[in-house]
Amino acid sequence: MSAPLLQVSGLAKRFGGIVATDDVSFAIPEGELHALIGPNGAGKTTLIAQLSGSIVADGGRIAFAGADITRLPMPKRSHIGLARSFQITSLFLDLSVLDNVALAVQAHAGHSFSFWRNARAEAGLRVPAREALARVGLADRAERSTASLSHGEHRLLELAMALASKPRLLLLDEPMAGLGPEESVRMVEMLRALKRDYTILLVEHDMEAVFALADRISVLVYGRIIATGSPDDIRANEQVREAYLGDAETAHA
Amino acid sequence: MMPALTLRNIVVGALMVALILLPVYAQLADDRFLMTLFTRIIILALAAVSLNLILGFGGMMSFGHAAYLGIGGYAVGMLAKEGIMNGFIQWPVALGASALFALIVGALSLRTRGVYFIMITLAFAQMAYYVVSGIARYGGDDGLTIYKRSQFFEPLNLSNKTQFYYLCLAILFGAIYLVRRLVNSRFGMVIQGARSNDVRMRAIGFSPYRYKLVAFVIAGTLCGLAGALLANHTDFVSPSVMYWTRSGDLIIMVVLGGMGTVIGPVIGAVTLLVLEEVLSGITEYWQIILGPLLLLVVLFARGGIDGLLTQLGERLRRGRPS
Repeated sequence: MSAPLLQVSGLAKRFGGIVATDDVSFAIPEGELHALIGPNGAGKTTLIAQLSGSIVADGGRIAFAGADITRLPMPKRSHIGLARSFQITSLFLDLSVLDNVALAVQAHAGHSFSFWRNARAEAGLRVPAREALARVGLADRAERSTASLSHGEHRLLELAMALASKPRLLLLDEPMAGLGPEESVRMVEMLRALKRDYTILLVEHDMEAVFALADRISVLVYGRIIATGSPDDIRANEQVREAYLGDAETAHA
Repeated sequence: MMPALTLRNIVVGALMVALILLPVYAQLADDRFLMTLFTRIIILALAAVSLNLILGFGGMMSFGHAAYLGIGGYAVGMLAKEGIMNGFIQWPVALGASALFALIVGALSLRTRGVYFIMITLAFAQMAYYVVSGIARYGGDDGLTIYKRSQFFEPLNLSNKTQFYYLCLAILFGAIYLVRRLVNSRFGMVIQGARSNDVRMRAIGFSPYRYKLVAFVIAGTLCGLAGALLANHTDFVSPSVMYWTRSGDLIIMVVLGGMGTVIGPVIGAVTLLVLEEVLSGITEYWQIILGPLLLLVVLFARGGIDGLLTQLGERLRRGRPS
């Protein structure tokens, strides 16, 4: 078996007395859709933040495509192929929808010390940006102002920006957050299609979506991974049931 | 591509034409004061355009932008005092000194955010103010009279009021064009992205710091050029041109005219300085009238006068049956 695309070993992060990430180890092989679930406050977003580089881990090691990236700053991680979508929508609200995605393309198209040529007329930026928008079904929104889009469309735009950076691994932090039932169905379909082309780490609260999409699932409780396995394994796992049936204390003990 | 015939574009076009034709009118009406006033307005509009690059497009709230007016001015004044009148030496020194100062201020201040950024830019400008106030050789507090304007090649003569006016106007138009190209380039997109959402910029793979620093230096250099012009215009430079209230004036021009549009600061500079002139002719308490006017613009016209014109034009267009 070849080395996994992402290998996390012994990762630790504490904020004062709170252990947010406690000796977390897992691996995602190329092509897998790996879901990370866990009750509120389990440390899922903290873990994603350490993977994308916005928080530096206190201990442990993150390896991506064989290279140690534990201390690599955030912009560099994006360049080697890690793309993150944010749980709380984080966009360039005062720019157009197409500008948002084109910026993500531009970030990976050499340096930006180009002062004279009109970037909005550069086919090399605009064409891939339009492709990414089409992929998530926002092609007809390209010229709109980002602030005028609905929440569901913002979630899709988040995804388009992640795709535009030509990632090898997509870190999706609750892409379904705040979506209505219809929009959720649309997003699940979208992820099912993306799964064919990308390795994905999906953090999600929507259990139905997770069990429908994931190849493997890891369950995070109080900063620890208590189980990793196929959807069927996880469904049958006693510890996981305890954690999710409202009795988180037992699971922790 | 022809710009669309909107209310806003008509006003901007009219303003440009008025600025171009002003010397003709001044000549016919024999109004020398008008020429002096508008030369000054054009120079300060140039300073406001430069500030807008970092404030309006880059979201960098520099509260020390007048420092470059002083540095550019003192470069000209000090060299003139030492007997070097050649503009080909004076002006590059003015630009270079401004660029260097901007590089130092920017390198430090851009590592901070919000109030700290404002305070550091303000502190550096005040430092520059007190330094020149203390140099007795160059006039200290009293300022420095410049007996001869910068010398260029024949027939360019900066002492000729009409020539000087058109030189300033040409530089302003050049600066507007430059900023317009800049903000629409890849570089400009990075600057605007960083204004909009710095965290996201880093998440998609940018390191905005160095781009912001370059923008900061370009803005400082352009303002240094305005400083060199201003010193030539007044034949005098004093520490007061870099006092913090002057930086405030520049911010007011940008906000009043419209942040984040290339022409906005020009509209702001013309409006503010003409209002100041007109109102101070009516009453010596003119600031009591100007203050509430500014408040109204800030409260009700988010995009400044430029934004207001755009909105008005759209309302007119929609109201008209087609």
